[in-house]
Amino acid sequence: MGKKLLITGNEAVGYGAIYAGCRNYFGYPITPQNEVVEFFARELPKIGGNFVQTESELTSINMLYGAVATGVRAMTSSSSTGFSLMQECIAHMAYCSLPAVIVDVQRGGPGAGSTQTAQMDYAQVTKGGGNGDYYPLVLAPFSVQEIFELIQRAFYLADKYHHPVIVLSDAILGQMMENLELYSINFGPLPAKDWAATGQGERKYRNTVPNIWTFFNNYRDIIVNLGKKYQEITDNEVRFKTYEIEDAEMVIVAYGSSARISLETLRRLRPEGYKVGLIRPITLWPFPTKIIRETSHRVRNFLVVEDSLGQLVEDVEFAVEGRAGVHLLGSLARHLPTSSGMIFPKTVSEEVKNILCHK
Amino acid sequence: MPQIDHPERELLCGGPESYTGLPTMYCPGCHYGTVARVICEAIDELGIKKQAIGVAGVGCHGFMIGTIATDFVFALHGRGPGVATGIKRSQGGKPIVFTIQGDGDLAAIGMGDIINAIGRGEKLTTIFCNNAGYGTTGGQMAPTTLLEQVTTTTPTGRDPQVAGYPIHVAEMLAMLRGTAYSARGALTSRKNYNQTKKFLNLAFQKQMDGIGYGFVEILSACPSTLHMPPNKALKWVEEYMIAEYPLGEFKNVKEIL
Ligand SMILES: Cc1ncc(C[n+]2csc(CCOP(=O)(O)OP(=O)(O)O)c2C)c(N)n1
Ligand code: SF4
Ligand SMILES: [Mg+2]
Repeated sequence: MGKKLLITGNEAVGYGAIYAGCRNYFGYPITPQNEVVEFFARELPKIGGNFVQTESELTSINMLYGAVATGVRAMTSSSSTGFSLMQECIAHMAYCSLPAVIVDVQRGGPGAGSTQTAQMDYAQVTKGGGNGDYYPLVLAPFSVQEIFELIQRAFYLADKYHHPVIVLSDAILGQMMENLELYSINFGPLPAKDWAATGQGERKYRNTVPNIWTFFNNYRDIIVNLGKKYQEITDNEVRFKTYEIEDAEMVIVAYGSSARISLETLRRLRPEGYKVGLIRPITLWPFPTKIIRETSHRVRNFLVVEDSLGQLVEDVEFAVEGRAGVHLLGSLARHLPTSSGMIFPKTVSEEVKNILCHK
Repeated sequence: MPQIDHPERELLCGGPESYTGLPTMYCPGCHYGTVARVICEAIDELGIKKQAIGVAGVGCHGFMIGTIATDFVFALHGRGPGVATGIKRSQGGKPIVFTIQGDGDLAAIGMGDIINAIGRGEKLTTIFCNNAGYGTTGGQMAPTTLLEQVTTTTPTGRDPQVAGYPIHVAEMLAMLRGTAYSARGALTSRKNYNQTKKFLNLAFQKQMDGIGYGFVEILSACPSTLHMPPNKALKWVEEYMIAEYPLGEFKNVKEIL
C-alpha cells in the first residue's frame, strides 16, 4: 500500500508525473491550473529535475518539444485559452512522432471567457485544434486518484505510440481535494528511443527530429504511418466505464466532473426505481463509439451531460445513428447565471425523470 | 567529409568535417551555403561536432539541417530558443546547443522567444541570418529590411511611416544582461568571412564555458528577394547593408555579474 495524501486534483497531476519518472516541466501560470505550475516549481528541484516558468504557452510547448526530442519524459499544462496557443506545436509533435504529455485544466470560453469551470474544450482537444491530420490521445479522469493514474498512463501511451497525449481535467477536478494513494504503475516494456537527438556522441549516425529523409523526400510515408498509428490506437486503447447499463431504460453519457455529478445522480435515482445507467468515456480520443452504439439498440434515450453548449453530444449522436433519442443537459442548466454556476445532481435527476416519463 | 580514396591523389581542398556532403538547396548567389560552411568550420575548430545539437528555424536558413552534420531538431517558426532551452536543460546542460534563425524567424515572429531565452540566462548560441527579407515565402519585408528597399510587400520601397524602421538585433540583444557575446559579421570578402568565423568561435565558447548567451548576426545576400544577379546582390550587401548594420562586436564579457 502506498502513502496516502489528501490533496487537490492539480497536485495529483504533479505526483502522477513524478511517479511516471518525469523530471522536466515547463509551464506558464493560468487559472485554474496554477497549482500544477507551483507544484513542479517546488518539487522538481528537490529530485534533480528541471522546472522552467516560461514567458508564454508557446514557449512552454516548444520547450517541451525540445526536451522530448532528446528522449526524456517531459510535460506541460495549461488551461483552455493557453492550451489553444499550444496547438501548432502539438500538431508538429504528432508530425515528428514524439511522445509528449499535456494537461488541460478546462475553464470557460470562448476566448478569454472565464476562470471558472467548464467543459468547453472537448472539440479543440479531441478533434485537434492545430493543423493537419492529427489526433492526440485524450484521457479524461473524474477523480483525484484517477488523475494520478491517468497521468502515469499518459506517459506510457506517449512512449508506446510516440505521440502526444492530452489529459483533460477541469476546474472542479483540479481544485477539489480527495484522498490519493501514491504508487507507481508498471505498464510493461516500451520501444527504445534510438531516434533521440542527444548529440551524436558514439552513435554511428546523426539523429534529426524529424527524420531528415522523410522530411525532405517522403511526406507520404509520414501520412501513411500516422494513419496506421491512428488505426492501431483506435483498435487497442479505447477505455470507458459503464455503471448499471444492463437493465437501463436510459443512459447518461458524461466525462470528467460531469461524470462525477452524473454518478451521484445514479446513486440518488436508482433507489427510487428509475432505471438509469451511465457510460463514462475515459478516452475521449479514441472515442468509445462501440459501447454507445451497442447500447443504443437497447435503450430509448441518452442524456449527455457536459458543461458546454454541446460538443461531446456530437460524438454520441454519431455513435447512436438515430436509433435512440440523444438529449443534452449543458451549460445552460447551471445553477447560476454567473460564470461560477454548476450543473448539480438535482438538475440532472430532474432531466432524467422528465425524459423517462415523457419521451 | 573530407576524404579521398585514391592512392596517388592528395586532397588539397575539401569540405569541412562537419559538412554532410549533401548539396545545398539554395538559389545561385545565396549566401546561406557559405553561412553553413562557416558554421561547420567553427564547429570543426572547436571539435564539438559530436556534442552539438542544432535547432533549425523556418525559412531557407532551416535547410542547414541538411548541411551541417550534427544532431538536429527542426523548430516551428520563431520558436528555436525555446526548443533549444528544452534540449539543453533536459540534458543537464551537457550538449552544445545552437539555433540557426532568419530575420523573419527571429526578429518578427520569434523576437519574444530570443529575448526571453537570454533573459532566463540560457547558455545557448544563436546564429542569426539577416538577409533583409523573407526569402522562402517570396521576398516580403522583414523587420531588418532597409528603408526604401523594395520587397513584394513594400512595392514602392520601405516607408517608415507605414512599415517602420530596420531593427538592429545584435546591438539590441547586447543590452540584455544574459548576453555574454554579441557580434555582427558578413561574408562579402575573405576578411569578413574569417572575422565571422572568429565571432562564431567566441559565441560557442561563451556557451561552452557556461558564461552566457552567444549571438552572431550574419549579413547575407538573398538575390531572389533583391531581384539581382549574384554579383550585384553581394555588392548590395557591401554597400547598403553594412552601412546600415555595422560589423563588429557589441558585447564580449568574461563573466556576467
Ligand atoms: C507560423 C508560421 N507562419 C508563417 C509561416 C510561413 N513562413 C515560412 S518561412 C517564412 C519567412 C522566413 O523568413 P526568414 O526567417 O527571414 O527566412 P529566410 O527564408 O529569409 O532565410 C514564413 C513567413 C510558417 N511556416 N509558419
Ligand atoms: S530565396 Fe533567398 S535565402 Fe532562400 S535560397 Fe534563395 S537566395 Fe537563399
Ligand atoms: Mg530572411
